[in-house]
Amino acid sequence: MPMKNRTTVERTSERELVVTRTFNGPARMVFEAWTKPELLKRWWVPKSLGSSLLSCEADVRVGGKYRFVFSNGDSEPMAFFGRYLEVIPNSRLVWTNEEGGEGGSVTTLTLEEKDGKTLLVMRDLYPSKEALDAAGTGFADAMVEMFEQLDELLVAVDANVGQS
Amino acid sequence: MVQYESARLDASFAALSDATRRGVLEQLGCADASITELAEKFHMTLTGMKKHVGVLEQAGLVTTEKVGRVRTCRLGPRRLEEETAWIERYRQLWAARFDELDEIIEELKRKEKFDGRTKRE
Repeated sequence: MPMKNRTTVERTSERELVVTRTFNGPARMVFEAWTKPELLKRWWVPKSLGSSLLSCEADVRVGGKYRFVFSNGDSEPMAFFGRYLEVIPNSRLVWTNEEGGEGGSVTTLTLEEKDGKTLLVMRDLYPSKEALDAAGTGFADAMVEMFEQLDELLVAVDANVGQS
Repeated sequence: MVQYESARLDASFAALSDATRRGVLEQLGCADASITELAEKFHMTLTGMKKHVGVLEQAGLVTTEKVGRVRTCRLGPRRLEEETAWIERYRQLWAARFDELDEIIEELKRKEKFDGRTKRE
């Protein structure tokens, strides 16, 4: 199994979160996985989270829309949607996140390839500090349940590994 | 309550927006240290480090105590629980997604290698 690279998250200003991660492959592959719905839906909802993706549509071109619908067990399905603002193949993708209404963020993804590896930087910019705080709270609430499931699963996996 | 919490988060995040201050917190997470030690560690003047520690103290992330001529700094009682929990959940989601993405990239690489081979043959 390939070595997993570290994902870092920093709140670089009161309106912005930045996620970074390196991938052991060329930028065009990361871009492909991000823009082809059939690939996107395989990683956007990690199996380990215990939820599933009901639908995944992504029309990746300037002005094109995307819509992902999650199901998390018994609770109401959650929809995430928005539009692509910029599309530069293999290097840059910018989209809006409109499910939060007025306080929606704009995400900028950049890919930088070096020696066959790709550095991914994703910036989530909110219209105001309050919007980011509110998103954080909502996000945290929604994620608590998912991560509890993940924790349980990891404990189970750990126990299995220990036995074998 | 909500307002109080959000004011507290503001102060924390403002304090955390600086790389040196994040470094100081990491350092104090390992062991308490005097301002002089911190200044040396981060190649700063005493005055500069005092300012950084002051900001962290204001945010409640660090407490200081003067014993004799030395001012010792340690992590505040609140630690960074709320802030780190908030960021950590977000990080875990992306880390989980990206771990799955790794597998897709491996698969694409294998496929390309295979296609390249069949083309040459």
